Amino acid sequence: MPDLVKFIQGNQVVVEAALYAGLDFYAGYPITPSTEITEHMATRLPQIGGKFLQMEDEISSICAIIGASLTGHKVLTATSGPGYSLMQEGLGYAIMAEIPCVIVNVQRGGPSTGLPTGPSQGDVSQARHGTHGDHAIIVMTASNHQDIFEITVEAFNLAETYRTPVILLFDEVVGHMREKIILPEKGKLPLVERLRTSVKKGVDYHPYLPREDGRLPMSDFGSEHRYNVTGLAHDMWGFPTSNPGVVHGLMHHLVDKINNRVYTIEKHKEYYLEDARTILISYGASARSALHVVESRRRRGERLGLLELQTLWPFPFGMIREKCENARYVVVVEMNMGQILEPVKMSLPPDKVFLINRVDGVFITPTDIRNMLRIIHGKGV
Amino acid sequence: MPVKDYIRERFFPHIWCSGCGHGIILNNMLRAVEELDMDKSDIVMVSGIGCSARISGYVDFHTLHTLHGRALAFATGVKMSQPKLKLMVPMGDGDALAIGGNHFIHAARRNIDMTAIVMNNRIYGMTGGQFSPLSGYGTLATTAPYSNIDHNFDVVALAQAAGASFVARTTTFHARQITDLIKQAIEHRGFSVIEILSQCPTYFSRKNNMGGQIEMMEWYKNNTTRIGSKAKQENPQLIERGIFVQRDMPEYCDEYDKVIEAAQK
Ligand SMILES: Cc1ncc(C[n+]2csc(CCOP(=O)(O)OP(=O)(O)O)c2C)c(N)n1
Ligand code: SF4
Repeated sequence: MPDLVKFIQGNQVVVEAALYAGLDFYAGYPITPSTEITEHMATRLPQIGGKFLQMEDEISSICAIIGASLTGHKVLTATSGPGYSLMQEGLGYAIMAEIPCVIVNVQRGGPSTGLPTGPSQGDVSQARHGTHGDHAIIVMTASNHQDIFEITVEAFNLAETYRTPVILLFDEVVGHMREKIILPEKGKLPLVERLRTSVKKGVDYHPYLPREDGRLPMSDFGSEHRYNVTGLAHDMWGFPTSNPGVVHGLMHHLVDKINNRVYTIEKHKEYYLEDARTILISYGASARSALHVVESRRRRGERLGLLELQTLWPFPFGMIREKCENARYVVVVEMNMGQILEPVKMSLPPDKVFLINRVDGVFITPTDIRNMLRIIHGKGV
Repeated sequence: MPVKDYIRERFFPHIWCSGCGHGIILNNMLRAVEELDMDKSDIVMVSGIGCSARISGYVDFHTLHTLHGRALAFATGVKMSQPKLKLMVPMGDGDALAIGGNHFIHAARRNIDMTAIVMNNRIYGMTGGQFSPLSGYGTLATTAPYSNIDHNFDVVALAQAAGASFVARTTTFHARQITDLIKQAIEHRGFSVIEILSQCPTYFSRKNNMGGQIEMMEWYKNNTTRIGSKAKQENPQLIERGIFVQRDMPEYCDEYDKVIEAAQK
């Protein structure tokens, strides 16, 4: 099938991208502003012979997709703030048991029920730290429909490569907005398939023994290898252990497999950075307004650039340092109280880092950014 | 096949206290699998968290030891994604009906094909003797030091009302009946529930002055009876054992196949 041009909502793009990546199992519970993902999945999955489950809550949704991943399927669940909070225990399970899965959080204003239909990027810190215990996590985002498609496919690829949950953190604006998208032809974007063990039947299979390249080949539930999966600290057979040496190794494996690969995992986009005196750092819907400002100011000869983050965690400290080295002002534009500002300040001399934000449930506009830039640049209000 | 071929000897000794009823359940569960001559690779055992939930580690099936209360939700994902697999879901009473109560009623309502086994010791064993939703009014527990004011669920009535298509009850004293009921539950197509009264000599019977393993087994013998027996008519206090519900109802994975058919038309 050739490329297909469509004019659809961001939430629907997530569905089409997931199917493109090979998804055939979804479980979810409706919540604004992610509901359209659940609805479209209900329509699309049976069409391809896949399975859709509307569960009794978000806790069971994440549990169900973990179960389905273990039988060898590519799986996803989608939710928003309150539902994402409910998923934290299951998320930790997927991290500990190393289960590939993708979790979408189309953010709304919080805390609590907050602003169900208001745009926000308030879950960035939660996505990093949400579940209990030391852990690393991959969190990605995008600002337009074409990128949502590619990032969603990438999320599935990373989930399979590293045997890990991957979080897609979108927001109400991109989720609900309709925009043109070219659905790529099959084969255009590379797909990573489940790595299955080559260990023969009857030979001891170690589900939690990494290969030399760090990957852990899996065996589908139902096939010839029978093994144990647990959220307890476990040995290479997946059996619970509290042996300090084994636990130490496990903890480092879980964190290092992601944090030591920031440069391979990390994705971002650059606009006019070469000579920029002021660099805006933004992501998701906020980056749309930021890009608008940068392009209009460039036309007037102002040395403004945009660094659009697509990987939020693991945080690309090194990349930020490198790209922003020569800038006089680094301005983080986001719809929260500075959740990406913090790690940016850790990457750079803090006195050149500024924040432009909104937390009132209203989309941050180019005018908002322009006004605040005047203040930062000392040009008054 | 001898029972030892169904267990992972590498992972023994087990964690259960001596006299714990959970071992009896394990033993008779394996006997059921053996008598049905099932292929070990066709079985997925999913459990939650608790003393009871540790049962999954010891058996040589595909085993998924999950989160407290969530076993049925994980099992639903496994079953829906691979309907040919046979799902066995052993749970503690707290696991199944306190934190997992919502998943319990919804799995029953869907009538998804799996065998839920409630290992009911009327207490939270793993965390050291707090009351559970099955402890019952007037019992003692570390969190009911003066007397429990919480009433208990009737697992059988709850499962039946929620839509389970096979519902049964027995006790660890009635070992042969455990095997027999598990066999029938596995062969039943739909959501089946077996409540098995199981002693926790360490917490429940000690707290409630009910003696040790032997006394608890005797209690099960003296306080239970066959469904509809004459003894029950004479003494309504007796707890009935046997199959309460066994009905043919559309199974969830089969129903979803019809959805796929409709979507592809
Ligand atoms: C979310 C969560 N809450 C609480 C616990 C602590 N916890 C572990 S097992 C358990 C209760 C176990 O009782 P039951 O399910 O009846 O099984 P038993 O140990 O008696 O066999 C509790 C409360 C937990 N592991 N997870
Ligand atoms: S505490 Fe009770 S339920 Fe747990 S192993 Fe001991 S006897 Fe069994």
